[in-house]
Amino acid sequence: MRNLLIFITKYNAFFLFLIFEIASFIIYIKYNSFQKASFINSTAEVTGNLYARTDELKGYLSLRDVNDNLVRENARLRNQLKTSLYLDTAGKKRVIDTNYKQQYEYIAAKVINNSVNKRNNYITIDRGSNNGIAKGMGVITDAGVVGKVVFVGPHMAIVQSLLHKDTRFSAMLAAHKEIGYLEWGEDVDPHKGLLIDVSNNARPKIGEQVVTSDLSLFPAGIPLGKVSKLNAKGGGFFLNMEVALAVDFSKLQYVYVIVNRFAQEQAGLEAQEKKDE
Amino acid sequence: MSRVIIINLIRFVLLVFLQVFLLKNIALYNLSTPYLYILFILLLPFEIPNVLLFALAFILGLTIDAFYDTPGLHAASCVLLALVRILFISVTVQKDGFDNEPEPTLSIMGFRWFFSYALILTLFHHFFLFNLEVFRFSELEYTLTRFLLSSIFTVFLMLVSGLLFFRKKERK
Repeated sequence: MRNLLIFITKYNAFFLFLIFEIASFIIYIKYNSFQKASFINSTAEVTGNLYARTDELKGYLSLRDVNDNLVRENARLRNQLKTSLYLDTAGKKRVIDTNYKQQYEYIAAKVINNSVNKRNNYITIDRGSNNGIAKGMGVITDAGVVGKVVFVGPHMAIVQSLLHKDTRFSAMLAAHKEIGYLEWGEDVDPHKGLLIDVSNNARPKIGEQVVTSDLSLFPAGIPLGKVSKLNAKGGGFFLNMEVALAVDFSKLQYVYVIVNRFAQEQAGLEAQEKKDE
Repeated sequence: MSRVIIINLIRFVLLVFLQVFLLKNIALYNLSTPYLYILFILLLPFEIPNVLLFALAFILGLTIDAFYDTPGLHAASCVLLALVRILFISVTVQKDGFDNEPEPTLSIMGFRWFFSYALILTLFHHFFLFNLEVFRFSELEYTLTRFLLSSIFTVFLMLVSGLLFFRKKERK
């Protein structure tokens, strides 16, 4: 017993190392998968507050860009107004239209923490479950798709960015409606994505738009990027191509979270279908 | 003694702020990201007990983890760094050579010693950190380039900060 104690005190550095290293590994393995750590990540009060504070400062530096984007978006929305469309059939009767029901709602949120240079990137936004945000909702900007919500706190939420090795969105070529999957490229460039598993019948052209498909959690037709290089990698029965992403992730300021009003109904039905099988 | 504690406390806060709010946003070509905060562990006094050293390294790692959203990752690397520090110092420095609690800074230990100290410790820390973060062999080449370039950047920043706070004759 005495010898053991002497042994331990003699090599105390090594034993301390073991204790602390094991402790960190337990934390790493337990909390790192799927962002379960509600107390330690940036939705936590302290770090979240600090990030919000510095982001306020940073916001001033990019006011010009934000303004430009807002003006552009305003112009685009104004184009869609009824008043800016020319009515060519005179004397229309006004009909209260019950065919259309609002399916998608948009919640504006501010990005308060963001990264693009890690292997798996997350974005923190300043809206949470109090504002109606739930897990699994899509997130876009005026330029295109950003990611999906993976973790929600009462005031903040964490978005798994498109720049993440597990992110995969159903996408299609805008002109041909050929469906595939978009994911982040393997060389970890924040401006490049890969469109994979496109059917061999497709004849994509460089510069063609890639948009979200009807199967994704986004409304169909939201831009993802443009085809920049054909036959990027792999191949076989399917075509793969490189896509220049539409969103500049390093400059994210404001995003919109998409609320799909029919999501619950769809999920419920699909769950029932699984049960029946 | 209380002076040493206060200086190290200020250094801790300063380095964490610097790391989280400035260096986190810096990445040269998306490859080279400096982790200067480990300078805090490097500059702790020689005489610090091992228990305290490991505990501080662990706390520092967890603090950085809280901001980086990677619980445990930086803590594990920092604890490894503390072990390498103990080994390195026990090999290169005689225990009874100094009397008034000096710190392993550039101005006291000289350029050659400090450079090799910083370089070796940074290499260990970064190698462990990057490989643990990616945790797969298929991206080994990319990880290694990131690890090497980041280490160079970090050591460079350490030397710059060492020269910034260079004092000719440190006396108490």
